[in-house]
Amino acid sequence: MIQYFSIMLIAIGIYGLLSQKNLVKLIVSLNIMELGVNIFIISIGYVADGKVPILSPIVNKSSMNFVDPLPQALVLTAIVIGVGVTALALSLVLKVKESYGTIELDEIRGDNA
Amino acid sequence: MKKAIAALIAFLFFLMFVNILNSDSEEFKGIPKFGEVNLTERVSNKYISKSVSGDSGEIVYGKTENAESGSANMVTSIVVNYRSFDTLGEVTVLFLAATGVAILIGGGQRKSLAISVNPIVKISARIIATLLLAFGAYVFIHGHLTPGGGFPGGTIIAAGTLLMLVADDKKRTSKLLKILEGTMGFLYVVIGIAGLLVTGSFLKNFLPTGTMGNLFSAGLIPIIYSVIGLKVGAELSALLDDFFAEEGRK
Repeated sequence: MIQYFSIMLIAIGIYGLLSQKNLVKLIVSLNIMELGVNIFIISIGYVADGKVPILSPIVNKSSMNFVDPLPQALVLTAIVIGVGVTALALSLVLKVKESYGTIELDEIRGDNA
Repeated sequence: MKKAIAALIAFLFFLMFVNILNSDSEEFKGIPKFGEVNLTERVSNKYISKSVSGDSGEIVYGKTENAESGSANMVTSIVVNYRSFDTLGEVTVLFLAATGVAILIGGGQRKSLAISVNPIVKISARIIATLLLAFGAYVFIHGHLTPGGGFPGGTIIAAGTLLMLVADDKKRTSKLLKILEGTMGFLYVVIGIAGLLVTGSFLKNFLPTGTMGNLFSAGLIPIIYSVIGLKVGAELSALLDDFFAEEGRK
């Protein structure tokens, strides 16, 4: 079920990227898509009744039933890169606003249709 | 009309992904069903039992000594031990993004706030920011024992900086942050080269890993995660400061 939900988030992101003309909304769509991808990657590593992959005084043996830690490590990377991409994109939007006075793509192009 | 086409394309993507999801069968191995993962046939099994370079028996919290990777948090042991090179690349990407933001919008004077902030808010923001700094340091120092690590810890530190920047429109981040950031990035590579010289592999752990579950254990992991935590904290703080710089005014 959660996998369908994450795919739905990816589809919503694709719809937003294709239909929106506001640059900030495009970045938000990109972030929604990224969120969907991250949830999907984590869901691939889920083991039924699996424990959090951290050894502790209660969960203390490596032979216990853990969820897959590898997708979580990859998603950690993806989140950090997502932050970097979002910050860079937002600063580009600031520059666009400064030189064009607008962040609507169709107004930048000049056709006010 | 355009929106309808966009919705159609998005829906087709949805159907395509759902088909891929349901394609797991006897003859074609696709994505496994949710929750029905067989970890013993995945590489993660080696990471969990810490037996990538040879079977070391069962790992027990608080008892096992000198395990292959001494981190109790398995995600941490992957991020900064087994796949540390990956993390070096990730840190580089974050550095590039922060530098790009600084080139594009940084360097101006501090943007002044439209509202005047109450002195009570300013003083309490200082107290909370100090606590956030301490908590961020706690999170990245304990990255090998608890959920957390360098990236969340650095983000918490940056949250403290954001609080200070919002509460007081005279505040700027120090120029020393850029130096700290560069030094920490350099230190990460130096640790990697030290591993190359001592063990023959880049970024390989060369310190004793100690007893699993102790604060002073896991060899290089707490050191690297502290380096990453300071680097990410400095980087994101400088990045937030760039967003508070005013256009045009130098």
